[in-house]
Amino acid sequence: MLESSLEDRRREQRIVASRAIVAGVLVTLALCATLLRLAHLQVEEHEHYAVLSQDNRVKILPVPPTRGFIYDAKERLLADNHPSFSLEITMESVPDLQRTIEELERIIPIDDKDRSRFARLKRQRMRFQGVPIRLNLTPTEVARFAVDAHRFPGVEVHAELIRTYPLAELTAHPLGYVGRINERDLTTIDVGNYAGTNFIGKGGVEKAHEDVLHGRVGYQQVEVNARGRILRTLESTPPTPGQDLLLYLDMDIQKAATEALGDYRGSIVAVDPRNGGVLALVSNPSYDPNLFVQGISQADYDALLHDPDKPLYNRAIRGQYPPGSTVKPFIGLGGLATGMTTVAKTIHCPGYFTLPGQSHRFRCWRRGGHGSLNLEEAIVQSCDVYFYSLANHMGIRRLHTFLTQFGFGERTGIDVSGELGGLLPSPEWKERARKQPWYPGETLIVGIGQGYFLATPVQLAVATAAMANRGRYIQPRLARAKRLPGETKESEFPLISRQIDAGSSRNWDELIKDMALVVEGPRGTAKRIRSPHYRIAGKTGTAQVFTIGQKETYQDSKVSERMRDHALFIAFAPVEDPRIAVAVLVENGGHGGSTAAPLARQVIDAYLGGSRLSPSEEADHGD
Amino acid sequence: MGIKPVSSRLGANETQPEIGLFRRLHIDLTLLVALLALCGFGLIVLYSASDQDPGTIQRQLIRLGLAIGLMGAIAQIPPQTLRRWSPALYGVGVLMLLAVLVVGEIGKGAQRWLDLGVFRFQPSELLKLAVPMTLAWLLSSRPLPPRLLGISLALALTMVPVLLIAKQPDLGTSLLVASAGIAVLFMAGLSWRMILGFVIVAAAIAPLVWYGMHDYQRARVLTFLDPQSDPLGTGYHIIQSQIAIGSGGISGKGWLNGTQSHLEFLPERHTDFIFAVIGEEFGFTGILALLALYLFIVMRGLLIAARAQDNYGRLLAGALSLVFFVYVFVNTGMVSGLLPVVGVPLPLISYGGTSMVTLLTAFGILMSIETHRQIK
Repeated sequence: MLESSLEDRRREQRIVASRAIVAGVLVTLALCATLLRLAHLQVEEHEHYAVLSQDNRVKILPVPPTRGFIYDAKERLLADNHPSFSLEITMESVPDLQRTIEELERIIPIDDKDRSRFARLKRQRMRFQGVPIRLNLTPTEVARFAVDAHRFPGVEVHAELIRTYPLAELTAHPLGYVGRINERDLTTIDVGNYAGTNFIGKGGVEKAHEDVLHGRVGYQQVEVNARGRILRTLESTPPTPGQDLLLYLDMDIQKAATEALGDYRGSIVAVDPRNGGVLALVSNPSYDPNLFVQGISQADYDALLHDPDKPLYNRAIRGQYPPGSTVKPFIGLGGLATGMTTVAKTIHCPGYFTLPGQSHRFRCWRRGGHGSLNLEEAIVQSCDVYFYSLANHMGIRRLHTFLTQFGFGERTGIDVSGELGGLLPSPEWKERARKQPWYPGETLIVGIGQGYFLATPVQLAVATAAMANRGRYIQPRLARAKRLPGETKESEFPLISRQIDAGSSRNWDELIKDMALVVEGPRGTAKRIRSPHYRIAGKTGTAQVFTIGQKETYQDSKVSERMRDHALFIAFAPVEDPRIAVAVLVENGGHGGSTAAPLARQVIDAYLGGSRLSPSEEADHGD
Repeated sequence: MGIKPVSSRLGANETQPEIGLFRRLHIDLTLLVALLALCGFGLIVLYSASDQDPGTIQRQLIRLGLAIGLMGAIAQIPPQTLRRWSPALYGVGVLMLLAVLVVGEIGKGAQRWLDLGVFRFQPSELLKLAVPMTLAWLLSSRPLPPRLLGISLALALTMVPVLLIAKQPDLGTSLLVASAGIAVLFMAGLSWRMILGFVIVAAAIAPLVWYGMHDYQRARVLTFLDPQSDPLGTGYHIIQSQIAIGSGGISGKGWLNGTQSHLEFLPERHTDFIFAVIGEEFGFTGILALLALYLFIVMRGLLIAARAQDNYGRLLAGALSLVFFVYVFVNTGMVSGLLPVVGVPLPLISYGGTSMVTLLTAFGILMSIETHRQIK
């Protein structure tokens, strides 16, 4: 009994002992499996996981560049960046949001719009990110908050650089403005380079030179935790700031041109013929571009949009007007260049012109006719019949080819975004656009700058500069050079020019002389603007209004005013050594000689220095 | 009765001169040193995993001190006494589980705790000890290997608390309790044919069920495996812990330098996922050392089981050692992506007092079994 019991016990002990050994083996095997798995993760796949771990903790943050400034010809600041202050609340640091906002309201006004924006942004941002409760704090509000700031943990004043245009209305049309980047902008820009940037040029120079002004984005490598909070900066590549732009635009001339236009709707463009630099680019009326930077209110925008004077409309580059008689010097030159007329050839003006076999009378502006006159007299007195005859003789193709050389019918390529190209009609164009054949009568009215013929003020100014330059056509530009902020080294933009072929140089002498006589001759249509200080060459123009292209319903009292002719004048000075070429357009201004020419004189005076027009100088009603 | 003189004589002749201070204090020095090394390493890792929070270390140290004290106290209790208490402990445990369920039912939510006023007690922890103790008590009262009746009784005694705990729901604990029951049966010499039968049945059914399911059903099963965690969060946990371990490489990023844990990408980094912190900061080398230490402790436990004086001690020591190993295997497997996420801590390293008390009590029992041997 004892033996068997002892035997049983020994057997039982052996069972358990053998099981312990088996268990030990199994445990070892299981641990080896675990180790294999860990070796796979830590040795074999280590590189892979090391990268994942790095990606987890390192984030790349864009550092946006500061936008370049814009200066005028005399280094006066036209566009700079001002800090704008907003009040931001960081949710995780605010003990009681409701109370905090109530308390804030006692020192800084917060309206319903602020509240709804706050509620919307709060949902989009992380708890440790600031959410603006008020934008555009005034300096007083900033100061008032600063005094009480200690009572508001988690509430901070946040500064952002906002584009400002100190001269506001004066620069709105040439410079345009910047605004918040929208969906459409995103399709045209290098999105990476705009990471962290909120604003982009929306028009004018701001848009045309966007690449120069914007600069290149920089990057910051930061370490973040799982919730995205930034813990420290590991590495950073500073941004390349946007370059400053130095313009040809001269605020003295711009101001003089704006004042000259006064209450007129219209445009004045002044160009330096020596380099194509735009000295003034005025479209009247104008608007305050600063309204658009932070997002204009709907009410303000509606007011601008529905203003019958169309302040948002950049007449200088987008206004397409019949050039009227201002094209006569160019057509006259074309006649000489193509041999279709000579200096001596005379034409009899009975007050009208008829095509052979047709009864329709194409009228001269002077009902009684000019009698017999040559090219010089035809330019000085702006005889329509002479140019009907010349245009008829040249034919539309020769006219089209020659006038194209002066840039009519094409965009000038000026560095102000949004330019339109006008219209220099041709039989091909008419066939394409209207599906109609070209009629000989239409050639005649092209000869006096009417009919389908449309040109922008900037086209007229540049063509005038080319005339002053004896055929050297220079692409107009506002920007002269770019410069890195804080540096003195300037990098000039290239001058792009071409030579217009007008045959003998005597042809240029003839037309320049004729244009000078428009101002200086006793019968000149702009003789009232003659200056004692320098010689001006010019040409008046009057464009009939029947397609103003505006759909608004204006009041009865204004209708008659809006039906009046547009007054035009082109000029350059001094005749011997031209330094300024000007195109003036006054909508519904009446006659070019009486309305537009004096404005050009004011602009030229502002640039060349001279006396103001004396009121005693008589009015002239010639065209 | 008959063997008393034999062992007495043996003890007198052979072990009397060897009896040292620790033996008299009923402390197994080998096990104690290994456990202290493990706990010390645990504190070092915890310091890093808790973002160097002295409060966390202090609380863990206090718990550790108390648990070690408890271990020493338990070690004084002779195995025979423990054996007598076993069924009663089991009964109390199951009653408390029922109480928890009733309270949970009233509270309309998952309930694991029993609030005893002074401290909160988790009855399921008690069952981690009571189940192997009771099964050892049951099986050691009959000859080994157990017959069908004994096996059936043992399985029934195991399943009752396992199901009650699973209903809480706390799958991690119920898994550990079930493994404790199975471990006792295994140690008792459950025939290989039977074990093979169980394994084959389980292996045959599992994939059939698994592959017969739709993806969303599988996802539900995985979610069921750990109902406490956010189903969307589970994947994130696994991915981040694998990144932590993998990025540690062979030598690790260095103590306090783990970016995954310090930058909070790693969830539960000072509790269930602390193993990933070790992998990240100490690398494969550190993990190898840690697993070696665990293996040593398990082997020491199995040795104690093999040379225990009676069947109760043998079965209990073996089962407790194996449950300790199951902790290690399930936790490391879960953190390294081998096993689904089940809430099982890394023994003696994860932050938290409950599992530490249970584990060190178990080691107290092991010490008692080892040190009460052959001494009268």
